[in-house]
Amino acid sequence: MNVVTVKGQNRGKVMLYALSTCVWCKKTKDLLSRLGVEYSYVFVDLERGAERKKAIEEVTRFNPACSFPTLVINDQKCIVGFKENETREALGL
Amino acid sequence: MTELNEAEVERLYRRLEREAKAGGYNLNPDEEFTRDLVRGLLTNEARFGYPACPCRLSSGVREEDLDIICPCDYRDADINQFGACYCALYVSEDVLKGEKSLGSIPERRPSPEERSREAAVARGSFLPGSAPVWRCRVCGYLCARDEPPEVCPICKVNKDRFERFAPQSMPVWRCRVCGYLCARDEPPEVCPICKVKKDRFERFM
Repeated sequence: MNVVTVKGQNRGKVMLYALSTCVWCKKTKDLLSRLGVEYSYVFVDLERGAERKKAIEEVTRFNPACSFPTLVINDQKCIVGFKENETREALGL
Repeated sequence: MTELNEAEVERLYRRLEREAKAGGYNLNPDEEFTRDLVRGLLTNEARFGYPACPCRLSSGVREEDLDIICPCDYRDADINQFGACYCALYVSEDVLKGEKSLGSIPERRPSPEERSREAAVARGSFLPGSAPVWRCRVCGYLCARDEPPEVCPICKVNKDRFERFAPQSMPVWRCRVCGYLCARDEPPEVCPICKVKKDRFERFM
């Protein structure tokens, strides 16, 4: 899977499942960058074959609708959709 | 993402704006945001051959993605309930005027498992009779003819976005001004024919 890590302040494991064409995913990425936290993201629509299947399984585990953006914090807390306040709160910012 | 020609973005943006207005819909007034969505639509058109919703994961198979080709089957219900469609390309009158703000919209599309179940049910529920009534799944336009039209005259989606209409499945609304009929959960915000507002519609069936 083509996971990209964006350097920043460590606030735990922050994983964003996104689509390359999704404007709400872009807003979420921009928010995380603005908050300056370290996070990783993957564009699920650009994955192929087994990697894509794996990515979809990971998203579905936290969000059965498999919708985007899906933000997973510390493999526990899951935020579906662009939600600024909820995201800030979950990151303690 | 594929390199996009900005002239093409501009062209599609203008076309969508024109068609939205003509059909009684509104594009999101945030131009930068809306142009990003248009880029997503063009990217999807280029990679799949159809403009799937930029904010949903496409299968790449048109038949499986029919319901999420923009404008999607869920657009009008989401505009009614949340003030915008799922990706927020289209917004309600309240949002356009700044009287209502937008939040994150939950996914209305059934999960893949639910979708395959629904498809099986739909295959078995044809109407009796020799003059089938066709319903546009996007805007609710009704017409009785052998086959659906190539393009919906109201919202311009293609023929494959029509379904056989089952009379009791959904209310039919009548514009009291021009008589326009459509089958959908609620009347449209604006009559696509004579442009009067939603409150000029009455329940017909």
